[in-house]
Amino acid sequence: MIAYLLRRILYAIPILIGVNLLTFALFFVVNTPDDMARMHLGMKRVTPQAISNWKAEHGYDAPLFYDASAPGINKITHTIFFEKSARMFVLDFGTSDDGRDIWHEIKTRAGPSLAIAVPVFIIGLLVNITFALLMVFFRATYLDFWGVVLCVVLMSISGLFYIIAGQYLIAKLWHLVPISGFNGGIDGLRFILLPVVVSIVAGIGGGARWYRTIFLEEIGKDYVRTARAKGLSEWRVLFRHVLQNGMIPILTGAVVVLPLLFMGSLITESFFGIPGLGSYTIDAIQSQDFAIVRAMVFIGSALYIIGLLLTDISYTLADPRVRLQ
Amino acid sequence: MNFLRLFGLLILPVLLSACGSGPLNDPYPAADRDSNILYSSFEERPKHLDPARSYASNEAEFTAQIYEPPLQYHYLKRPYTLIPLTAAQMPTVTYYDASGRPLPATAPVSAIAESVYEIHIRPGIYYQPHPAFARDAQGRLRYQDMKPGDWHGIQTLGDFRHSGTRELVAADYVYEIKRLAAPQLNSPILGVMAEYIIGLKDYAARLEKAARSLPRGTYPDLQRYPLAGAEVVDRYTYRIKLRGKYPQFLYWLAMPFFAPVPPEADRFYAQPGMAERNLSLDWYPLGTGAYMLTRNNPNRQMVLERNPDFHGETYPRTGEPGDAAAGLLKDAGKPLPFIDKVVFSLEKETIPYWNKFLQGYYDASGISSDSFDQAVQINANGVAQPSEAMRAKGIRLTTAVRPTSSYMGFNMLDSTVGGSSERARKLRQAIAIAVDYEEYISIFANGRGIPAQGPIPPGIFGYVGGTAGVNPVVYRLVNGQPVRRPIAEARRLLAEAGYPDGRDAQTGAPLVLYFDTNASGPDAASRLSWMTKQFAKLNIQLVVRSTDFNRFQDKMRRGTEQIFEWGWNADYPDPENFLFLLYGPNMKVGKNGENAANYSNPEYDRLFDQMKYLDNGPERQAIIDRMVNIVRVDSPWLFGYFPKAFSLSHAWVAPSKPNVMANNTLKYRRIDPKLREKLRNQWNQPVLWPLLLLLLALIAALAPALWAWRQRERSVAR
Repeated sequence: MIAYLLRRILYAIPILIGVNLLTFALFFVVNTPDDMARMHLGMKRVTPQAISNWKAEHGYDAPLFYDASAPGINKITHTIFFEKSARMFVLDFGTSDDGRDIWHEIKTRAGPSLAIAVPVFIIGLLVNITFALLMVFFRATYLDFWGVVLCVVLMSISGLFYIIAGQYLIAKLWHLVPISGFNGGIDGLRFILLPVVVSIVAGIGGGARWYRTIFLEEIGKDYVRTARAKGLSEWRVLFRHVLQNGMIPILTGAVVVLPLLFMGSLITESFFGIPGLGSYTIDAIQSQDFAIVRAMVFIGSALYIIGLLLTDISYTLADPRVRLQ
Repeated sequence: MNFLRLFGLLILPVLLSACGSGPLNDPYPAADRDSNILYSSFEERPKHLDPARSYASNEAEFTAQIYEPPLQYHYLKRPYTLIPLTAAQMPTVTYYDASGRPLPATAPVSAIAESVYEIHIRPGIYYQPHPAFARDAQGRLRYQDMKPGDWHGIQTLGDFRHSGTRELVAADYVYEIKRLAAPQLNSPILGVMAEYIIGLKDYAARLEKAARSLPRGTYPDLQRYPLAGAEVVDRYTYRIKLRGKYPQFLYWLAMPFFAPVPPEADRFYAQPGMAERNLSLDWYPLGTGAYMLTRNNPNRQMVLERNPDFHGETYPRTGEPGDAAAGLLKDAGKPLPFIDKVVFSLEKETIPYWNKFLQGYYDASGISSDSFDQAVQINANGVAQPSEAMRAKGIRLTTAVRPTSSYMGFNMLDSTVGGSSERARKLRQAIAIAVDYEEYISIFANGRGIPAQGPIPPGIFGYVGGTAGVNPVVYRLVNGQPVRRPIAEARRLLAEAGYPDGRDAQTGAPLVLYFDTNASGPDAASRLSWMTKQFAKLNIQLVVRSTDFNRFQDKMRRGTEQIFEWGWNADYPDPENFLFLLYGPNMKVGKNGENAANYSNPEYDRLFDQMKYLDNGPERQAIIDRMVNIVRVDSPWLFGYFPKAFSLSHAWVAPSKPNVMANNTLKYRRIDPKLREKLRNQWNQPVLWPLLLLLLALIAALAPALWAWRQRERSVAR
């Protein structure tokens, strides 16, 4: 397994270079260093000299990919791409275009993102699986039928609606929690309660229906019949045998997103005033801060690769027949 | 069962909070409930708080409370009047000719080679407490030469255990003027100031050259480089030397660009280790103002607190007629500031922001389009007033015309709509009549604006109101009221321009014009559709060329646009700051100026050169009137409208007067925290029955399931 993991980690390097290259190319197709300078310097009274100074100050005065005027290896190294990208492989993200340390920002913002994402992930998974198993338990009855109808209804509603309705009902009409905001420590619970509940409810429809499909496929298999024949209660059959055997597809969807949890959620963070990484990324795109965009895309790609690796490893834990070679 | 457990877990914090006092939905700490704190919000984090760099209005909300330039605007007087802030009196200006001989104040502009502003600041003004001033027992600056080991436990400015202060001196003002030229700061006003402050352009070049010889990330010490145009006379006096005459310079002296910065601050923040912790003047400003920034977490909250070393200032004793009756002089002579702390919370979305205002968690609020109908009603006389629901809560509405011009421009370099030919002029005039800005304001701005009759907004010298100020090219007077000219008149002008019924008289081809914009989204789509319909009144086909922000800006710089929308927010309350937007030498194409329409009229330019140097008075007004008439006839702009700012404030906020030029007005604000607390409690009583109902609904839904499960289990057991 170690050899497999090492091989996968080595594969990750060209993938990350490729992603970085693609991000760089796409970003600079839309924005030029001059555009970035203007965006940062504002609209009023910007002189060409100020633009030139800004570019020099932020290292955007070199050619993008190839410097024909430079000698030797400098033709490659004296470029924006190399200077801005190479350091990221040692996790040196540098400073944003407005001079703030990116790593410091990431460390500060990861906490609030995780404060929402982790409970939503864990509780959401439990709720969805439980709901799905209950529907399977009551399959072909009115409870299953109305459960599926409820799931379809929940799936059909926009995520934004849940947020606005949740804020309106729970915070505005019933005055139970603050509408938005964030705080650290135990006081933070009352701020994250609403976004967590809203996110979980918003995810029930799709999640429960997906898991129901998986469990329904399992419930017709021979081992389930054998378990029942042994006299096991239906509860035990479902939560012990069906759940365990349905873990592979569940893990495929769930484990891969684990590392990405810290990347945050854009809409939730924005509406609830959560100072997380989702809003950090979007703000950077809007303000054309390439330093942050490339750092977040790099981290996102690296985490996704880690997620896929973790998924592979989790298969071996869920199913002893799986071997990584 | 799992659902019940989960439900219990989720509502536990709410129930625990319910045991405490005060509303459950209060987003602020319980300890602050009765405190003299003003609660506000910000939508986007300020990019810069360094006075040499900061130029945006959302930054001024902070910088203006912290930094103190020598002058400020009188809070109550109108027209806007400059008064001393840290200066002992208004600056004296002396003019000199080319050979250095002093000239009288009445000397002709052509004779003036140099203007020297001498500014005396008041002694006894101290900076806010700051670690950059902290001294050890030997009197040495404690944190000016930090070693790696000194950083233990320091992440924010508040982590420094010691702080100090020192007296404000004239050299700090001179130092800041030098900072405008520092290459690493990229001051937005370097370009304009380099034209006036003697030696500033060369100074910037010298600093840039010096910076190139230093290792990357280090910069020359400005104190070692003298600047000819700014000099210290004595501890409390300094001089600024300008090329020629520039009367508007006084207004610049009321902006944070000319606020003092102590060199200790730059040395402190330049140390290794500061940048990694995001400690910089751009993040933690240092000033002498009424407030100091004690918390800067723009991801969540920014907090201004009363500066304990503030030099003291009192509420103005005089204002305009009517101010006393409006209760605006109740605090006359009382020491400022009134509020101890101002908490700004990040609020990106308008819905939660508005709801929190209604719950009493923000003290004042603007009004978004979404909530306009809920907040405001227009009475039979067309006057805006708070709606019934707002009045029931004691919420007040204040309005003020902003010194902002929002216009539609024609690219005067364009072969169809541009140029000074009679044909093009008549085409522009026809369009000016057809585009109904009264309707635009009503539909797209909820009536928050007044149609512009020229480039100068109300409140600025040169603006003429009433019937005398009506634009005769677009309006005519009916019963003493301006009424937009009929569309038939626009069609006649269009025919005279060579496009009868919207077709080229020679070729018969339909007239197609292009509207360049970077607007996008549903709101923009309806606005652009409306715009197309306005042109269709003349049978002109308007093609909207939508693009992104960068491409649009690029088109504007290269002059390849045809018709566009643009705006300008005043730097200072002088007509020069609006009329220069149409000054030929200031055009965007080729000169990188702010004349976005690339308009050039020699007569207008000549009058501008005269008007610029005159004091406000009948002579200046007469010239401005001529200039305004020229641009009305030439119509390089559809003057559009001047937006009105609508602001709501709760009953516990003392009446205040909108001052659209001054940003340092927080010190005049007063609140009644007891009343706020009472009303917040009244408005935010928790409603717990829905939780109970939800619980019962869950039980009702699960009961048949449990019953069915038990039945099934039993049947299996049998």
